[in-house]
Order: sequence, then structure tokens, then C-alpha cells
Amino acid sequence: MAKEEIKVDLLKGGEFLIKESDPQIVFIPEDLSEDQRMMADSAREFVEKEIWPKLNAIDKQEPNLTVSLLEKAGELGFLSTAIPEEYGGLGEDFNTNTAIAFEMGASHSFGVSFAAHTGIGTLPILLYGTDEQKKKYLPKLGSGQLKSAYCLTEPTSGSDALSAKTTAKLTEDGKYYILNGQKMWITNGGFADILITFAKVDGDKFTCFIIDANSEGFNRGQEENKMGIKGSSTTALFLDSVKVPVENILGEIGKGHYIAFNILNIGRYKLCAMTTGSAKKVASASITYANERQQFGQPISNFGAIKHKLAEQAIKIFVSESATYRVSDLINGKIKELQAKGSRYEEAALVAAEEYAIECAMLKVFGSEVLDYVVDEAVQIHGGYGYSEEYPAARAYRDSRINRIFEGTNEINRLLTVDMLMKRSMKGRIDLIGPAMAVQKELMSIPEFGSSADGLLAAEYKAIQNAKKAVLVIAGAAVQKLMQKLKDEQEIIMNVTDMMIELFTSESAYLRTIKLSGFKNTQELQPYIDMTQVYIINSMEKINIYGKHAITSFAEGDELKMLLMGLKRFTKYEPINTTKLRRAIADKLIEANKYCF
Amino acid sequence: MKIAVCVSHVPDTAAKINIGSDSKNIDQNGVTFVVNPYDEYAIEEALKTKEKFGGETVAISLGGDANKETLRKALAMGIDNAVLLKDSGFRDSLSVAKALAEEIKTQGAELVFFGKQSVDYDSSIVGQLTAELLGYNCISVVISFSLDGNKITCEREIEGGKEIVETALPALITAQKGLNEPRYASLKGIMAAKKKEIIEKQPVAAQNYIEIISMKKTESKQAGKIVGTDSSAVPELVRLLREEAKVI
Repeated sequence: MAKEEIKVDLLKGGEFLIKESDPQIVFIPEDLSEDQRMMADSAREFVEKEIWPKLNAIDKQEPNLTVSLLEKAGELGFLSTAIPEEYGGLGEDFNTNTAIAFEMGASHSFGVSFAAHTGIGTLPILLYGTDEQKKKYLPKLGSGQLKSAYCLTEPTSGSDALSAKTTAKLTEDGKYYILNGQKMWITNGGFADILITFAKVDGDKFTCFIIDANSEGFNRGQEENKMGIKGSSTTALFLDSVKVPVENILGEIGKGHYIAFNILNIGRYKLCAMTTGSAKKVASASITYANERQQFGQPISNFGAIKHKLAEQAIKIFVSESATYRVSDLINGKIKELQAKGSRYEEAALVAAEEYAIECAMLKVFGSEVLDYVVDEAVQIHGGYGYSEEYPAARAYRDSRINRIFEGTNEINRLLTVDMLMKRSMKGRIDLIGPAMAVQKELMSIPEFGSSADGLLAAEYKAIQNAKKAVLVIAGAAVQKLMQKLKDEQEIIMNVTDMMIELFTSESAYLRTIKLSGFKNTQELQPYIDMTQVYIINSMEKINIYGKHAITSFAEGDELKMLLMGLKRFTKYEPINTTKLRRAIADKLIEANKYCF
Repeated sequence: MKIAVCVSHVPDTAAKINIGSDSKNIDQNGVTFVVNPYDEYAIEEALKTKEKFGGETVAISLGGDANKETLRKALAMGIDNAVLLKDSGFRDSLSVAKALAEEIKTQGAELVFFGKQSVDYDSSIVGQLTAELLGYNCISVVISFSLDGNKITCEREIEGGKEIVETALPALITAQKGLNEPRYASLKGIMAAKKKEIIEKQPVAAQNYIEIISMKKTESKQAGKIVGTDSSAVPELVRLLREEAKVI
């Protein structure tokens, strides 16, 4: 484990909007310890040697293949990294699990089976189970002897999960619940031995159960014929008077939604780590191809149009990775802080994941969209070969798309981001009103025309601080004007979330580069500076556009004028030659022949 | 039985190598280092032999602190002990062999595994030199190894085929690709390795007989030229071979 010291003054969830972060306490991937890197390397080796040579067979769902690979992963310890030692696991911290998730992310369909088993399939028992339940299931889930699935979605309840229709009725002797209903799109549904299943007791008490797949009345549907991740098992599941012992209730009756939603926070965060890891591998394939493919007598990586794509992919991956580790360590730090105060690991993990639910939702959106960008450009860079199944780009393209849909669609996550922020503000967990008022006041004053600041990325620092003001002023005005009606103005909410995502990711890249400047020499540091600059200048333009869309949809007259003026002021950024910077970044990638940051 | 395996820490074969400013070393900037790939087969064979016959395994590496990473990997794969012969200066093959032989003697290992070559300097000779210094039997470029009592039977790769040879302990084997499928470091192995100590020692001093004067990169090949597709191109081809390539 990396660091055992307790970090003080952790940023609370959502506070990035109103506070600065100290680059020195922000965790960056370069901070991973030698052991953490060895574990990640071992995961990468596993993916390269065990999964990649079998991708076609996995996608054809060769009988028992995924199951045996999960068991092999279990033998090597990959299924039990998050499980405490007392339950037979390795008890690794959150950052180690992040590093492993990055590597497993590049394993296509297997990664989905892996994530479903270790995440939503195991964590509910780990975090909500009784000691008996944990002793019974965790060692076997960690070794791979048991495979798990998480069954929330139903044919008529997807994003609106609480409208589930599956029922649970207590038997007269009080020993069992009888479950009836149908579950849909269940990952690992074809082979799972246990099912973390949600059903309503007495018609309204949303409750979580552990179902044994050998139970009478439990039936699996056919494998879905999917667009991508074809190798992962996805089926419907049918519960026809399935008898579940009362001791298999997970958590409390009527409190299943806590499990459903809190587990998703961690899942969302993990999804970003996995998609970013996958994006690295895909981007590397594109770089290698661009170096090999000759047209007009030279490698296509010589051409500006291709360099632009290579650089743009790397920038997005770099930023996504920076943001992911930043959040990983916030959650990690919070867990350790709570444990130091006497909390059990399970309680601490839940509180920490809830604390950073806003960041988790933003990361889910960002990571899945970064991967979608990278796979799209992979097909494009590969040209005709990108459309052929002989090259890795086509599979990457098909497999990426689901990430914007599962673990809460990106639309739901965008809505949740603002919704959670507003609720926290109302409950007094975070003071947005004070800073928002201060910004409004600043808007009325004369802008400062001070000389430009000096120092590494000083202009970018200023831009980030200003962007925070832009978000506050627009979100604040929208809330004031629309009050309760804001929740019906989804377009405005999406705009505000997109501004927040640009801001959070920009700041994460900035913080990483500043921290890196402490131990990289000028030459090594340069590409990081370049990537940070290009990203932030783009983000400022995007924040400006999203801001305009938001403002014009609710403000009029003088208010409209004032807000537009404020937005302009707070997203001002001196244009720079980004073409030159992108070319320099691309040249580094071309030389390394892979993603190298 | 004590089994030793000698491992080196080398630039990743996928890494792009540049010559350093002194032109006597490579520029290590941005280059990742890994366990020498052939040494992974050596480690695996040492582990398999121990699993079959019992005993104790030790990994030995000569180099700077960075070599600890490679030793840690060997420990994570299951090797029992690790020794770093700490010396980051340049040593030629014989000087390396002398240091390794001395340590193998100290360890009392009767069976020693090497990779057939280390993919940095590629001299492909350190194993054989070490065997000679120890007075051990040596079989190189081995693709199959079996031990029965004191008797060792190996298959080794030769031009266009393979030969089967026998020898007896004490022996030194150099591993070729195909000998086995090296295992992964399991996460439990990595955690166990964390608790093991890497013993640092001062290697014996030895004279270098070879000095690196300078390193140069091979010049990249020019693209080929197609002069024509039928017999009418022959005169032009002859002219080019004579005047440009100057080979006829």
C-alpha cells in the first residue's frame, strides 16, 4: 500500500467548484508505489497473454471460456484485491484497485464480466452483508469459485430503477421470501452462481436479496445478440416463485435503494478507470498503425491531419487519467480518515463513495466519452482497415458504445451531477451561495486589467479560477430564476454539468502537470505542459458555449446582457498556437510508437 | 538442493533506444527497464525444478539499485531469496561472470539457470564463462530440461534442428525461448515479495579486458527501388548495380 498517512483538508465532494486544490496533495499516477505498479503490470500481462489471444473466442462465447478466465483471474488474485484479508482477500487500497481497473479495462468483453463480478456483484455483500454473509460468500467470490451478477434492471425499469415490479412475499412460516418477476440485461446472467437481486417487499419496500442460482423457479434467458461486448454474457432472468431464505436479505428491508445507488457510485468511478485504460491501448494501436501505414511515400503519421488526431487522443487520455486518480485518492483518503476515527472499512467506504458521488458521475460521463472519441478516431486512422475485423479498431468501436449507456446513462449522470450539487447546497453540506454572491458582486465591479501572471501555467491557473466563477454565476442565476422549475429544464442542467466536467478535468490536468514539475526535467515536462495548455484552451471555449446555451434559455433583457458579459469575462483566454503544441505532442507519441504519458 | 538463477535488468525491447551524450552509454531518459526476457524462462525453470525436487532458490543480479525491480519481480514469481551485487559501473562479460561465480559459490548452488543472453549487450557469453569459472558442466540454448537424480537431460537448439545432451550436476543451464511458459507474478506473490529482503553485497573486483569506445546507431535502410517489371529493365539494373551500388 502506498501511503498510510492520513491526508488532512481533503476537498469535499463538489467543493472543487469553490476551492483550490494543493497540487502537492493531489494524487497522480506517477505517485503509485513500486508494489502498486507491479500489481498493475501483472494485470496488464494477464490481459495481454490470457485475454488478447482469445478475444475472438471470447466474443463467440466459446462455452466455459469466460468462466475459466474469471477463475484464472481469481487464482492470480485479481478478483479479491478489494476484499479485506479477514475474508480471504488482499485488502488493497482504493488506488491499487484503480490501477488494476485501468489495465483490466483494455480486455474488452472480459473486462465487463470482470467488472460486473468484482464490482456490482461483490461489493454489495462486502459493504452491506452481515458477517455470516461475508464469511459465506466473499472468499469464494474472491477466488472465482463463485461468479456473481447484479440484477436491478427490468424490462420496464431502466433509468427509473425504483419502479421495479419484481415482488418478494414472506412465507407464512416467516422463513422465506417468494420472489416473482423478470430482470433484464443482466451481465454474467448466463453463468452467475449468485445473483444480487432487487425486489419489492409488500409492494413498496425496495429490498436487496442474494439468490442462489440453483434455486427452483430460477431460469436464465437466451444470450442477447448485442452490438458490442459480444463476449460478455447478457441475459434476461426469470424468477418464478423463487424461494429465498430470510437470512439472504442484504441490508435492510425497504433500504435496497441505498445499496443500488451507492454501489453505482463506485461502479461509475471504476468505469472511468476502465474506459481510460482501454483508450490507452486503442490509442497505442492507432499510433503504431499510423507509423507503419505508408501513403504518398511516407508514414501517414507524418501528416498534420493525423498528428492532430494522435495528439488529441493523448490529451484526452492524459486528462481523464489525471481526473480519475485525483478522485480515486479523494475516496481513498476519506476512507482512511474515517477508519482512523474508528469507522469500520465497510462504513468508511460507503460514506466516502457517497461523498464523491458528484465526481463519480462526472467521471463516468467523461471517461466513456473519451473512449468513444478514441475508438472513433481509431477507425478513422486505420481507414479501410479500421472497418475490417482483422484489425483491433473495429472491435474497440463496437465495444465502446455501451459505456455511455450502462451504469446510468450519461444523460442520467449529467442530471444527477447538478441534482446532487443542489441538494447538498440546500442541506448546507456545501456553501455555494456565499461564493456565488461574491462572484455576482465581482461582476458589478470594474474588471481588473492587471499584468499577466508569471510562472508555470499561470494563465491556465487564472483561467481555471475564472471558470469556477463562470459556473457559479450561471448555475446561481438559473437556480434563482427557475427555482423548483429547474429540474424540468434538463437542457440547462446538461449545460451546467458539461461546464463542471470541463472545469474539473481542466483543473485535474493542471494539478498533475504542476506536481510533475517537481520531479521531471524541463524536457520531460514539456509535453505535459503542452497537453494541459491545449486542453484548457479548448475547455474554456466549450465552457463559453455551454454557458451561452444555458444563459440564453432562461435569461432576458438586462440580466441576459449582464450574464453574457460575465461569461465572456470569466472564460477569457489569450489564444495560443495549438497546432504547434499538438504537433509536438504527436511527435513524442510517434517516436514512442505508443501512448507514452 | 540450492538453485541459483542469474537475472539482468534490461531496456524494454519495445523501447526506442538513443545513444547518450558520452556516446558510451544509452540514453536512459524515458526508457523503461524490464526483466531480461530470457531470464524469465530461467526463473520459471528454477521454480519448476524446486517444485518438483524441493530445495531453495536464489536470484542474483549485478548492477545498480534499479536492478532491485527485476529481483522483486523474481521474488514475486516465487523465488525464495534475492541478492543484489551492487555495482553500477561498466563491467565486461568476464568481469560480470567472475562476480556471479563468486556469489554462486558462496550460495553453494549446484544448479544454476541463466537466460541464453541478455538483450542489452547481447554478448551471449556470461553463462558459459560463469560455468567455466565454477568448473560446472554447461549446456546452452536449452529448450527442454529434465533432472533425474544427478543426471540432467536437455534438448538444445542447433541450426536446423535440435540435439539431446546429457550431463551431471553441478551444472549451469542457459535458457532459450520455448523452454517453458513463464508464470505471472500473482498478486499474492507480489505481496509476499514485499516482505522479503533483497540482500545487497559488494561484488568481487575484477579487471575489464574490454572497453566500450563508442556506441553508434545502425543507419536506417534506404527504401528499395523497383527499376522495372520485365527484361527491358535489365540494362538499367546493370547500370545501377555497377554505378550506384558498385557491386558488379
